[in-house]
Amino acid sequence: MIARRELQVWLLALVLLLIGGSLVYYKSSVLGFPIVPDTQARVWTIEATLSFEAGRGPIKARMFIPGLTPGFAILDENFVSRGFGATPRYVTGGREVQWARRRARGPQTLYYRAVVYEDTALSEDDTTPPFPPSPILAEPFSTAAEMIVEDVGSKSADPGSFTAELLKRLANPEADQNVDLLLGGDPDPVALAKTATTLLAAALIPSRLVRGIYLQDQTRRSEVVPWLMVHDGTRWLYFDPATGDQGLPDNFLFWWTGTDAFAQVDGGRDQDVRVSVSGGLMDPISLARRRSEVREGPISQLSLFALPIQTQAVYSILLLVPLGALVVVLLRNVVGMQTFGTFMPVLIALAFRETRLLWGIVLFTTLVALGLAFRFYLERLRLLAIPRLSAVLTIVVLLMVAVSVVSNRLGLDYGLSVALFPMVILAMTVERMSTVWEERGAGEAIQQGMGSLVVAAACFGVMEWNLVQHLVFVFPETLLIVLAITLLLGRYTGYRLTELRRFRDLVKNPGAR
Amino acid sequence: MLASVRQLRGRGVLGMNARNADFIQRYNPRRLYPLVDDKLETKQLALAAGIAVPELYGTMSTPGETGGFADIVAERDEFVIKPAHGSGGDGILVVAGKSARRRGQYRLIDGSFMTEAEIRFHITNIISGRYSLGGHRDCAMVEYCVKTDPVFEHVSYRGIPDVRVLVFRGYPVAAMVRLPTRASHGKANLHQGAVGAGIDLVRGRTQFGVLDNGITDEHPDTGELIAGIDLPNWDVLLELAARCYELTGLGYQGVDLVLDRQHGPLILELNARPGLGIQIANRLGLAERLRRIEAEPDGASVAERLALARQLFGES
Repeated sequence: MIARRELQVWLLALVLLLIGGSLVYYKSSVLGFPIVPDTQARVWTIEATLSFEAGRGPIKARMFIPGLTPGFAILDENFVSRGFGATPRYVTGGREVQWARRRARGPQTLYYRAVVYEDTALSEDDTTPPFPPSPILAEPFSTAAEMIVEDVGSKSADPGSFTAELLKRLANPEADQNVDLLLGGDPDPVALAKTATTLLAAALIPSRLVRGIYLQDQTRRSEVVPWLMVHDGTRWLYFDPATGDQGLPDNFLFWWTGTDAFAQVDGGRDQDVRVSVSGGLMDPISLARRRSEVREGPISQLSLFALPIQTQAVYSILLLVPLGALVVVLLRNVVGMQTFGTFMPVLIALAFRETRLLWGIVLFTTLVALGLAFRFYLERLRLLAIPRLSAVLTIVVLLMVAVSVVSNRLGLDYGLSVALFPMVILAMTVERMSTVWEERGAGEAIQQGMGSLVVAAACFGVMEWNLVQHLVFVFPETLLIVLAITLLLGRYTGYRLTELRRFRDLVKNPGAR
Repeated sequence: MLASVRQLRGRGVLGMNARNADFIQRYNPRRLYPLVDDKLETKQLALAAGIAVPELYGTMSTPGETGGFADIVAERDEFVIKPAHGSGGDGILVVAGKSARRRGQYRLIDGSFMTEAEIRFHITNIISGRYSLGGHRDCAMVEYCVKTDPVFEHVSYRGIPDVRVLVFRGYPVAAMVRLPTRASHGKANLHQGAVGAGIDLVRGRTQFGVLDNGITDEHPDTGELIAGIDLPNWDVLLELAARCYELTGLGYQGVDLVLDRQHGPLILELNARPGLGIQIANRLGLAERLRRIEAEPDGASVAERLALARQLFGES
């Protein structure tokens, strides 16, 4: 039966550990809540500006906006377009925004603004595309294309090497008449990439032309760069069409795919698209918070960050109390220290958070010592217990006021924070200490008082630990882990550290038997 | 200056955590605690079962009733005032006599004097729960002041020595005598500075002593040897202790008895959370004896239990 109870405790602790641990894991790895405080996450603000001169009739403008962006995620986006109706939607090339207005005059400027952050969890579109239809080309281009495909095919093994070889040839049109013919003159990278997709289609290799920008710290006018995506049957490969290099730069943000233009304006002229980028750092917690708002789920809803800020402040302290209690359990049941009141040290430690440790100890000792002196005097007045306790409480409050006023006069700021001491706890401490003092002697009273202070200081140390504060606030689930540890400590039947000292003579003198 | 865990385990020393989890929580059902935490209740139970206890002179449970204090002790010179829910000997006042010279002055066992008003204030403190666990309202008891048996004359400093018997499932497992010292202010509690001396369960003879967790052979105030004292009426005392199992039903209890020179062994109080100092007084880890008794079936009679305890735990 005992064994079953033991098992039950272990199982319960295990379940709690698993739940707590997996929630922490989910929140940190999926939602991106940071495990360690004070790391900064990189974010970029990108702004695409479409400007044009309005014509007479109704205006309809469309512009691609980032949709599927491997390696990055969009945190926030908005459209600034006075007088225009803006509708974002998914189209074949990715996403686009459509702006429309019945009538407008003069130059118009439409903005799209987005904040993106690096998110390695976000991978590319992993659907396998169908084989592309063979391109229909007129002669002599058709023959030229066939010859190039055949030639490149004989010098390559798979879609990857085929593309690399093909791009190498396209980069040197002079070397091959067929290439020169297809490209027709001096090509820009976009034309190069377009030709490449045509040729790849002729070789039955799915490919896409992708346009994107480089995310840099500060770019007023970001260049839209073409890139080539080739599917090798299992995944997408990326090629720089200009050089033939394989791979995707880390800071490359996909914008749209296909051969369509960036933007198109019906009913306007002199259109111009400009993209600017500015990088910055963001507090990872607010990043994670924003992200979990975007990604709606039951767990992301259960966050303390949704609470009003004052309530958050209260919980940031309350959540530390169980940890303080764990320290008390450790120091009392495993080390074997004695304290006044079970959780009094935790409350004192909370007050230390404001006063800081040294001043906290000084103030606490002063208050208790003065309180005790009054308490011994009150003893001689022979008051009934509850009025006497109230009198001690009143005196403690008066002493706190006095300490604050005096230290203010002396210019000691820390003295002011004495008001944060839990006065009821102080009064109870004075009362209990005086009882112990009378019944067991001053030595024991002071020893227990010191014990309480040491335990309070230890609690303070743990509760003041930055990492701990951060962890319990960002991941309140860690309290489940604390609970599991507490349960296990509840079944600890080993010796206390102080017992090793207490029973030392028993070992030294084995006795007569 | 520390013992290692292995050393303690080797000697079978019972630690506080193991005592709480494996014995107190397992063998002492919570609902039985009031029987021993309330000394008045213990006394009434004992009287009903025909177990000898110090005579109760009177009780006071409201501040108003303290007015009757003088009446309660009118016929008595010596008496003890104690809180019914006290622990660790706190709040106990032993009055050794009335002042011959001044009316209303009481002489305490440590030689000091208290006026009636002071004593009544002390009683009010008891009633308002200053000495009770959790600070609950309490009741003050006035009872017979034990006349210490002469065997302890030279090994106690004022106060009243008592005998603690650890009774596990009705079997006496270990015993010690607790002798007050000057440091303990006449109290017989080890952690207040009293000396403890282990007792051989079969012969009832004291062995070595323990003072402040260290081993000692003589009384710190009188200098007399603690070991080798044969306690009178030992068999009666041991039987009284063993019978307390039927009295309360607590499997793991400390029975405190006194040896009165007129009435013999009397049950003073019972303790549901007896301390571990008895191990040092006997230079003996308790774990082995407790495990041995755990193996015994339920339902043994008092005589059977005493016989087995003598057989198992005797010296020689």
